[in-house]
Amino acid sequence: MLRRSIVKTAAAILFTAHAGMAASADLSGPVSYVIPFGPGGESDISARFQQPFFKEKFGQDLVISYQPGGGGAVGWASLNGLNGDGHTIMGVNLPHIIIKPAQKDVGFKTEDLNTFYMFHYTPDAIVVNADSPYQTLADLVEDAKAKPGEVTLSGSGKASANHLAQIKFDKLAGITTTYVPFKGTGAAVAALLGNQTKAEWGYTSVGAKQGDAVRMLAVAMDERHPLFPDVPTFKELGYDMTGGAYRGIALPNTASAETTKLWSDMIGEINNDPEFRKTMLDGGFAMLDVSADQMDEFMAERIEEYLTDARAAGLIK
Amino acid sequence: MELSQFLSALTPFNLALALFGVVAGTVVGSVPGLTATMALAVLVPITFSMEPASALILLGAIYTGAIYGGAYAAILLNTPGTPSAIATTFDGYPMAKRGDGDLAVALACFASVFGGLVGAFALLFLAPPLSKVALAFGPVEYFWLSIFGLSLIASLSSGNVIKGLAGGAFGMILSTVGVAEISADIRLTFGSQMLIGGFGVVGAMIGLYCIPVLIDLVATPDRHLKVEEGVRSVRIGEAFRLALKSKFNLIRSSIIGTLVGILPGAGGSVAGLVAYSEARRTAKPDQKFGEGEPDGIMATESANNATVGGGFVPTLVLGIPGTPPDAIVLGALLVQGVRTGPTMFSQSGSIVYTFIYGLIIATLLMLPAGLLIGRYAYKSIVTIPKALLVPTVGFMTIIGTFSIRNSVTDVLLMLCLGVFAWVVGKYGFSASPIVLGLILGPIAEQGFVQGWTIGAATKNLFGMFFGRPISQAILVFTLITLVLPLYMSRRKRLAEGLTGNE
Repeated sequence: MLRRSIVKTAAAILFTAHAGMAASADLSGPVSYVIPFGPGGESDISARFQQPFFKEKFGQDLVISYQPGGGGAVGWASLNGLNGDGHTIMGVNLPHIIIKPAQKDVGFKTEDLNTFYMFHYTPDAIVVNADSPYQTLADLVEDAKAKPGEVTLSGSGKASANHLAQIKFDKLAGITTTYVPFKGTGAAVAALLGNQTKAEWGYTSVGAKQGDAVRMLAVAMDERHPLFPDVPTFKELGYDMTGGAYRGIALPNTASAETTKLWSDMIGEINNDPEFRKTMLDGGFAMLDVSADQMDEFMAERIEEYLTDARAAGLIK
Repeated sequence: MELSQFLSALTPFNLALALFGVVAGTVVGSVPGLTATMALAVLVPITFSMEPASALILLGAIYTGAIYGGAYAAILLNTPGTPSAIATTFDGYPMAKRGDGDLAVALACFASVFGGLVGAFALLFLAPPLSKVALAFGPVEYFWLSIFGLSLIASLSSGNVIKGLAGGAFGMILSTVGVAEISADIRLTFGSQMLIGGFGVVGAMIGLYCIPVLIDLVATPDRHLKVEEGVRSVRIGEAFRLALKSKFNLIRSSIIGTLVGILPGAGGSVAGLVAYSEARRTAKPDQKFGEGEPDGIMATESANNATVGGGFVPTLVLGIPGTPPDAIVLGALLVQGVRTGPTMFSQSGSIVYTFIYGLIIATLLMLPAGLLIGRYAYKSIVTIPKALLVPTVGFMTIIGTFSIRNSVTDVLLMLCLGVFAWVVGKYGFSASPIVLGLILGPIAEQGFVQGWTIGAATKNLFGMFFGRPISQAILVFTLITLVLPLYMSRRKRLAEGLTGNE
């Protein structure tokens, strides 16, 4: 009994000593990183990419857990009730945190979330099978014009980034297509690969994962993605469309300004690591650096954009 | 080439990892609420410092162990430790009640190892062609598959079909509460934010199955499980002979498990239910399913462990995870720099093969480890006094439910459902149809909405739902499952009526 308690004490001392040496001033233990979705999606994958870099740079473990439900709402509604000492952070996603509270009372408001960094986005892209008759975006637009509504596109969720992209592009191109919502990107891709739908509203990350099995017709970026030098942007083809699903991280709103600043700096440092950037770009992600002090401006622009599009499509009142 | 990968899976370090993973997974899986997903998510960072192959072996071993571990609670407490073990309760708990719990646990172990091996070998030899199965299943096929699963309610509740259907309908309604998965509507929350996350399957399952057992334990003076007096010989030999006798059931169930496991939208719970349904449909007249029939346990347990190998087929070949644990393994792979997807078998072949061999070794290790842990679990559940058993299990149900998504609301909903299940249980409504509705409802709804959307867009609604060959095949099986029991009971009643008149 005595021996065991000695061992325990020794372990505790060692642990604290180790933590004290390696960690930055304000982190005294592992950090809980909550993903308000199930595992396997883009939010989870990008958090997993951050995990080893965080450990290496700041000496603490980033422990990822999942809190799915209500399309993320369960997690975000609980965020501000969590401890704001900087040892709990949660992933946030656009357009979710803007569209959901605009639809109904879901237990949180966009401005309640203390988002301190937006670190990447997955640019919207139209994806078709490698053997699809659509060689170019013009082929798809032509087919949709000839047969209004008959061109089916799978995508992840309704009133989601994929769905808003479909609405926006239909308007820009003057076409009518049918959007088929699936549960998550994985299911939407499976539907595409199995020829259940003619195309998919997905992201550049789908192109990175599926390789030669699929072809991207266009990506919604200002410049071409370095991984896909042959895929044109929508802008090049005459459609003024850039954007995608943006992902960031938030703290409970009880966190002090110092803690928020500390976190914004830490995530910014990971984001500027060349090796991390390479991992992300190879995965088809696109980097984004919106730190805590630029957040209000960034959010205001996105709120304006999403709510206008969603209202025009009748998704919200 | 192949041999070297097999040998690298066999290094002492990897063997130790596989054994540790199986044991840890079995223990985690046996606690209702602690899922394989959770165990894997926590352990992923440990694997960053390992070789990719070793990391994968550890994760695969935990996963396969957890799916087997789910059987313990199903058999001994009538509470599936994981959703995959739902159908294990149907015959497992009746067996335990009559004193055959040790036999049931041993049977589950043999069946799990067999199913796990079939799934893993399918992954090893047939992964690329099998991945086509995942793609052949469109929205409509998922819709019909869930209807087929729901048809099991009719055969499960023989003599009580109306009550069974009412339970199934209630479960489906429960599944619509909260934010709808694909239409983003917020339904049946009555303005309350509590219900926005809906009823989680695992939490509801713990409430519906476990709470009534606990209440009954407190309310009645009987022992929890019947125990034979005197020293009993180990029943491994008996279990092995039974398993050998049911080899066709094991093979069929393992194939069903592998195929259903390949479907990204289905998973271990559906695989177990379909295999159980088929075992029951093809049963011999003297087999009494639902009253402690060993074949029921073997069908479910071989099928759900076969989904482990099956689920890795779309994960590795297509980069589309079959189940949540697969998704975690996929994430771990990406961090290790392994590119999944169509090119994986050619580009990262050696890691993939080492992983598959590791999975096979872990499954084999499950035989001794599982039998030992199973005996220990049985003994402790049987010998522990009721005054200790009830609070311990009660505590675990609350911790387990809470830990799924750190939600107190889930715990409250779990307790409410539990009391509700106990009350309606007195009137002959059982928990299983409700859980079936809860699990299959969303699959049916999504498949229907997607199938309807595509069918309407292409102006071919009828062909969409009834014209596709796989749909037609599932439809035929559904009709057989639905009509056969009715026909049989009518014939039986007719025969009885005749003898009664004489």
